[in-house]
Amino acid sequence: MSTDAIALPEAELATRPMVARLHEWVTTVDHKRLGILYIIYALVFLLIAGIEATVIRIQLIRPHNDFVSPQVFNRLFTMHGTTMIFFVTMPVLFGFANYLIPLMIGARDMAFPRLNAFSFWMTAFGGFLLYFSLLGANGLYGAGNAPDVGWFAYAPLTSRTFSVGHSTDFWTLALLVSGFGSIGTAINIIATVLCMRCPGMTLAKMPLFAWLNLVMAGLVILAVSPLTAAQIMLLVDRYLGGHFFDTQAGGSAVIWMHFFWVFGHPEVYVLVLPAFAFASEIIPVFSRKPIFGYSVMVGATVAIGFISMSVWAHHMFTVGMSSAANTFFVISTMTIAVPTGIKIFNWLATMWGGKIEFKTPMLFCIAFLFQFLAAGLTGVMLSVAPFNWHLGNSYFVVAHFHYMLAGAIFFALFGAFYYWFPKMLGKMYSETLGKLHFWLFLIGFHLTFDFMHIPGLLGMPRRIYTYEPGRGWDTWNLIVTIGVFFQAAGILVFLGNLLWSYFRGKAAGSDPWDAWTLEWSTNSPPPAYNFYTIPTVQSRRPLWDLKHADDPDWKYE
Amino acid sequence: MNAISVPVAEQTLECDRPARGQVGMFGLIAAEAAIFTIFVVAYLFYVGKSLTGPMPKDVLSVPFFFTICLLSSSLTIHLAAKSLRRGSVRSFGILWLATIALGAAFLYGTATEWHRLIYREGLTISTNLFGTTYYSLVGLHGFHVVVGLVALFMVMVFTFLGNVRPEHAERVDVLSLYWHFVDAVWIVVFTVVYVIGR
Repeated sequence: MSTDAIALPEAELATRPMVARLHEWVTTVDHKRLGILYIIYALVFLLIAGIEATVIRIQLIRPHNDFVSPQVFNRLFTMHGTTMIFFVTMPVLFGFANYLIPLMIGARDMAFPRLNAFSFWMTAFGGFLLYFSLLGANGLYGAGNAPDVGWFAYAPLTSRTFSVGHSTDFWTLALLVSGFGSIGTAINIIATVLCMRCPGMTLAKMPLFAWLNLVMAGLVILAVSPLTAAQIMLLVDRYLGGHFFDTQAGGSAVIWMHFFWVFGHPEVYVLVLPAFAFASEIIPVFSRKPIFGYSVMVGATVAIGFISMSVWAHHMFTVGMSSAANTFFVISTMTIAVPTGIKIFNWLATMWGGKIEFKTPMLFCIAFLFQFLAAGLTGVMLSVAPFNWHLGNSYFVVAHFHYMLAGAIFFALFGAFYYWFPKMLGKMYSETLGKLHFWLFLIGFHLTFDFMHIPGLLGMPRRIYTYEPGRGWDTWNLIVTIGVFFQAAGILVFLGNLLWSYFRGKAAGSDPWDAWTLEWSTNSPPPAYNFYTIPTVQSRRPLWDLKHADDPDWKYE
Repeated sequence: MNAISVPVAEQTLECDRPARGQVGMFGLIAAEAAIFTIFVVAYLFYVGKSLTGPMPKDVLSVPFFFTICLLSSSLTIHLAAKSLRRGSVRSFGILWLATIALGAAFLYGTATEWHRLIYREGLTISTNLFGTTYYSLVGLHGFHVVVGLVALFMVMVFTFLGNVRPEHAERVDVLSLYWHFVDAVWIVVFTVVYVIGR
């Protein structure tokens, strides 16, 4: 019980006035509190972006619907995309990284706690800035309130001529500001993983979670910085009369596409690598086996990191590039399927012959595996340039990347929520509600995104606010929209479960899953200093060594 | 709470991790390098694509003197950090002041060049593509010089107040890393703007 020795008495903390406790949260530099702030912030924006998605789908439920106007529809899909990528998925993944990395590597905090707080507030204010456009963007011209240029904001749509008022400025500034936050967090994660590991934890003995987030942070540095540069250029164009993307003065609209997708594609891996990290921690624990092929997993991760920097222009096949460029990006895109395939086989081999426990986190991870595979397969289809010319900017593409973002990343993320909830809050979640969430979301997800491929194949372009009847799209769109309500119900059950379990859940204890990484060796929730004494590790599963002193891992590694 | 206490090893295992300040600064440098790369690519892509004048070859003159100033400031900051490590705060202060002076001279050079371009040649950021790319790339670098000078100046103030001691050498090293990066970027910007782009 050494960890309890200097914990502050709970009663003393609870009696402090509300303002004092709030002040503590706002001024905190503790990685665990910042992690929770990131997560709560992302959940709020998840609700907002989810409502936007629901309205989009209601508008498309039948042909010639007029639930929202075309102008509002444009704003909705722009805000949905921007919010989901920058203010839901990235913050929530940063939140988990922030919370878990120091605990997993046996450190007391991140390398730069104040930079950590700075990064969080930059991200937070970025999100507020984006939504402040609803109030502030009317500006002088009375045109447009929320940004409506699409989440990749192609030039010349963003020029002063076509985007009067200030909505695009809010979009640019929001991404610029949150980009600084992301870069700060990435630097912090790299410095933490490289410099703060506890004695004995060599790079080869680090949990895969730390490895994957290390590569993710490297990608953030290399990917978000080009976006920052491109946003600065856009600001120069809009405010100082520059000509970077001004085709009238010899500028190029295509170079914006290159700059955006140099960010945009590695960004996909920024989002999916943490999902891999969740799966790589959860699947072994619920299969009761160590991860299969640790070093190959690390190698595949690093390979994905490198290759992902050279695939961006597969977003631009329909723009018309030289055949040499097309060939290069087809091949590089297909190549990235190899290390990802290796990962899928490693997770399967981890489960193979294991004593699988079908708890909620594991259910989500199993669904993640299958849906990630399917998303990868449509990805390989789309990487073929001629096929892409046919289906570029269709609902097939929308279905493909939502399969990746919702079907893979969010399923792994929900698994992570249930898996680490007992650690973060010290309470056990409700398994019944968790399973209900899983099945509702699974059914809703497949109704929506399986059937969304078909109108795409039938030629339905993305971003249209309505469509003609009799093109064979009607029934499919109806089914797609029905699925949304199942997903929304699932999300509500999920949030209800979090709240109910926080207030009513039974105490979880420090190690409810009989797991093997260091975060389970300290109290739930962990004290501010994480570990009373800095631990020492000898293998990749320090708690296994401790629980099985007669047969420790370090004898075999 | 059934907390498991992990055994305490009194530092029996070797534990030499890289210094976090250095790693953090290298991370920042990587991010900055990526930002500069995009601006350099844009500059090179737009060389010769301006539809109207003035063109680079008509108005740009190579700033040899101020380039030498900036590059030699890398040497002075290196020597400054070295003398601090050796324990000589006095020579550290002198060399640090020299670094600031050289950096400020470089900024003065940029200021006079911009003044000439704007008021005599009529080239502004909105004149043509050359103006847009030139002022943003050189301006982005100049901004980094300004940030560096502010940081150097703060260390200077601390030195005068007698608060800089040899044990701070590691922190000074981190700052000098940034300064070296700013100088190295200038070599790239110089090559792109005054050699290739002219």
